[in-house]
Amino acid sequence: MTKRLFVKGNEAVAMGALEAGCRYYFGYPITPQSDIPEYISRELPKLGGEFIQAESEIASINMLLGASACGARAMTSSSSPGISLKQEGVSYMAGSECPGLIVNICRSGPGLGGIDASQADYFQATKGGGHGGYHIIVLAPASVQEMYDLTMLAFDLSDRYRVPAMILADAVIGQMKEALQPHPYTAPADLEPKNWALIGEGRAGEQKIVKSLYLGDGELEAHNNKLHAKYAVMQEKEVRYETVALADAQLIVTAYGSTARIAKTAVRLAREEGMKVGLLRPISLFPFPKAAYRQATQQGQRILCFELNNGQMVDDVRLAVPGIEVDFYGRPPGAGSLPTPEEFLAQIRSRYEA
Amino acid sequence: MNHDVFMAGFGGQGVLLIGNLLAYATILEGNNASYFPAYGVEKRGGAATCTVVMADGDVGSPVVGAPEAALLLNPLSMEKYYSRVRPGGFALINSSLVEDDGSSRDDLKKVCIPANEMALQVGDARLVNMIVLGAYLEHSKVVAMDSVKEALKYVLPERNHRFLPLNYEALERGATFCRQALA
Amino acid sequence: MTTEMKKVFSRPESLKDVQTHFCPGCQHGTTHRLVAEAMDHFGIKDQTIGVASVGCSVFLYGYFDIDVIEAPHGRAPAVATGAKRVHPNRPVFTYQGDGDLAAIGTSEIIHAANRGEHLTVIFVNNTTYGMTGGQMAPTTMPGQTTSTTPYGRDVTKAGYPIKMAELLSGLEGVAYSARVAVDTPKHVLQAAKVIRRAFQTQLDGKGFAFVEVLAACPTNWGMSPLQANERVGNEMIPYFPLGEYKG
Repeated sequence: MTKRLFVKGNEAVAMGALEAGCRYYFGYPITPQSDIPEYISRELPKLGGEFIQAESEIASINMLLGASACGARAMTSSSSPGISLKQEGVSYMAGSECPGLIVNICRSGPGLGGIDASQADYFQATKGGGHGGYHIIVLAPASVQEMYDLTMLAFDLSDRYRVPAMILADAVIGQMKEALQPHPYTAPADLEPKNWALIGEGRAGEQKIVKSLYLGDGELEAHNNKLHAKYAVMQEKEVRYETVALADAQLIVTAYGSTARIAKTAVRLAREEGMKVGLLRPISLFPFPKAAYRQATQQGQRILCFELNNGQMVDDVRLAVPGIEVDFYGRPPGAGSLPTPEEFLAQIRSRYEA
Repeated sequence: MNHDVFMAGFGGQGVLLIGNLLAYATILEGNNASYFPAYGVEKRGGAATCTVVMADGDVGSPVVGAPEAALLLNPLSMEKYYSRVRPGGFALINSSLVEDDGSSRDDLKKVCIPANEMALQVGDARLVNMIVLGAYLEHSKVVAMDSVKEALKYVLPERNHRFLPLNYEALERGATFCRQALA
Repeated sequence: MTTEMKKVFSRPESLKDVQTHFCPGCQHGTTHRLVAEAMDHFGIKDQTIGVASVGCSVFLYGYFDIDVIEAPHGRAPAVATGAKRVHPNRPVFTYQGDGDLAAIGTSEIIHAANRGEHLTVIFVNNTTYGMTGGQMAPTTMPGQTTSTTPYGRDVTKAGYPIKMAELLSGLEGVAYSARVAVDTPKHVLQAAKVIRRAFQTQLDGKGFAFVEVLAACPTNWGMSPLQANERVGNEMIPYFPLGEYKG
């Protein structure tokens, strides 16, 4: 086994992408994700790939669309305000069924907001941030290792379903350093060649068209139904989550990404105090692990949702378990500090006793 | 094993470097660690803080509200963070710059260390961070001194490897000081 | 008695045998044909990637028998950049109107040009937004009436027609920049040559090639095809001089 490395979350994304065979990167600098283009601009030329620092976020996402339409594994990365700019292109990619990776190392908003960590882009990411009622795959790493592993997975899922994929993290996961165990990438055996794309040096047969315009009678309706049928399959097959100490839990804490890390320690501290508390951490935010919440609350267990915002994922939790009491505790971005495990523990205590 | 330490100082005092070093040494020993940096907007002279969490299992939260140990390198850090140290915890105070000797609390172990003077004695004012780290290692024993020395070879850029012996000496001096202070 | 038949006119291979949706007198059709002839000339139909823009040119894939990627409004040069970087050996061209290229896509065209992307860009300037119903374009002439300049384009408030061929020719990355018209047989022949040259520039690996085509839009100009064609010569060419600006 290769040696464990000690790297930043952002670097792990870049390393995972290159290991997964991504050879095209298009981006625009923005804090706190610039480690990603910096790493890739250094390493990609050595692998014969192409790195473009584009004139804007808009141009980068459209370069990604072009590369993806030609069958390449390609990516872009940015942070919240930049991701807003990319939404037009993401909608076109979704409509044109172009796979591709978009990394969002969130910062706080709205507007220019600040550069501190935030989870306020959950709605934008999971509900289809652009126009037209689509979804993209959204994975939320909670460690440096997951930044690496889920980046690889995001490419595979994106290619399999021809749906753009996003890694949704924040400055905590992006900027912190942890051990990373790199491992070689192997493509899933069932990934089909991209015969839909403009692959090869020229046409082998029929003209290929990558487009999202459907003007014929009923064409667009059928196209939308097809997209949503794929989302339904993903909901069946591609849900990912982690559970900690759920078996006898009377209160279920739920959180994703950086907040889940803080919550994990809070749950451990609660257990040390004798409280039967467990953790359910969604890893895939779209598709959302609805069934896991239903399963975990069969005896009517209450849920406490932690987020680094004023309440977004909690809506999906409530929709997943109607009739179950779902509490929320969050911190809007910009508080100048992050919530601590002790702070979450106090919330757990007050809910547990109530 | 489950430990955490919070470090704070001016930017330029090398706080982030020793945070990296400690986390990397932990990983070299086969355990897990997270290093979470936070610093002011300015690149130089702003406030630099970081948290290192070390565990033989899963590292949970990379941020800690009441740290088990705190390394406080300047007056502002002392003012802001001393009160947060967990009762029964450990505070290392750089007495070269911080006048407050921490006597307001008696529920923790504290060592006041004249790190700036000691660094100058070793031969370079920039070694304050190594003095402090050496002292923390002596108190906590979270990782072996040798692991930190090994980690230093990776964390320090190649061009600075000629300074390794001085860094090692500073680590040892810090450790010796702490051993005597706690004796 | 034998009659020798000589073929003097046929549909270029790069064009499909379909009717276009273009209005009578619209010069997209002529421009499409010239682009198709250039691809035929170089025998690159099966290698070429066309990038369609938003506007009347959006149906590129319906008329050209080539691989096509459809781009968002104004973003064709960025989409083409991504495609060309993946396929450096395949000819890639964009086909864009004036609203698409010179308004919403100004940033993308300038930076693709400035990077010297090995692309051919066909830019159709008909001084109006055709598809959306004849609103003011960045190329609308001073005083020209459109559906959003009902009193004529007031240059003190709406600015001046933008001269893209000249503007781009000032960039280092641009290897070729020219303006043509298709209002007379002579101009059509010149345009055919210029468009060929723009593809040649890419095939030779020389860099970015740009052709601005002055075109009539009788429907949105509220003119007959003949009147519209005359306007190209009488009003547009004096303001947008024809010629090769670079290369």
